[in-house]
Amino acid sequence: MSTFYFIAFLSIFFSILVITAKNPVHSILYLILTFATFTVHYILMNAQFVAIVNFIVYMGAILVLFLYTLMLINLNKDSEPQKSNIIKIIGFIAGGCFLVAVVAALKAYQTSQLVVLQNPNLGLVKNLGKILFNEYLLPFEVSSILLLSAMVGAVLLATKEPKTT
Amino acid sequence: MKTLNDSIQAIPLNHYILLCSIIFSIGVIGVLVRRNAIVIFMSIELMLNSVNLLLTAFSVYRGDATGQVFVFFIMALAAAEVAVGLAIIVMIYRNTNSIDINVLNRLKW
Repeated sequence: MSTFYFIAFLSIFFSILVITAKNPVHSILYLILTFATFTVHYILMNAQFVAIVNFIVYMGAILVLFLYTLMLINLNKDSEPQKSNIIKIIGFIAGGCFLVAVVAALKAYQTSQLVVLQNPNLGLVKNLGKILFNEYLLPFEVSSILLLSAMVGAVLLATKEPKTT
Repeated sequence: MKTLNDSIQAIPLNHYILLCSIIFSIGVIGVLVRRNAIVIFMSIELMLNSVNLLLTAFSVYRGDATGQVFVFFIMALAAAEVAVGLAIIVMIYRNTNSIDINVLNRLKW
């Protein structure tokens, strides 16, 4: 039980560090740590398929993509121009208002039951595969078309020559 | 496995919702506050991940595996979005030599 609260504290701590780090490389590394704590959350809920996919896709593929993009972009002039303080304060107030609204709605919904895993093989690959390929076969195929079009679009955008004016 | 199942049984659902909404609002604040386009993208990833965690928690709570299938689709969508978005950022950097999003305010007109 206390494992959850420790990992939740680490998640919030690292995700605050993601948006406050000055250097974008540090920001990406903190994002990797955040996703590692999310993987631990999934393992604690015995959602093994989601944990493995989160580990491979997010920590492996997407963050490597971020790091490569940062390598292509020359950021050695490290001082990004900060927004003015009034904009920052307004941003914090807006995000805080969202959080307060959700927490107030949560308080209004009094009864909080425990998260109990009734079926121990709920999140295993076998069970999820049966559901994915029986009920959700059409969305699965459509998502393959989405990935193909995203790949073609990314290659088309990134290889375009800079305009010669 | 038995000890793992015992270890999650004492956590109320509200605590999962609270954790996910805190991380989601951190992502919202990151989008609003930062000017670096890559950090804004990372904040969007943070928001998508908090939604994934909440969907998985609800799926375990209800005993219904559909939520975890949706997490799978959201991950596929996030991969496509990141690929296209980072390609756009690289192209913006080539054309303007900056990834400051205030350079893009000409998109308003």
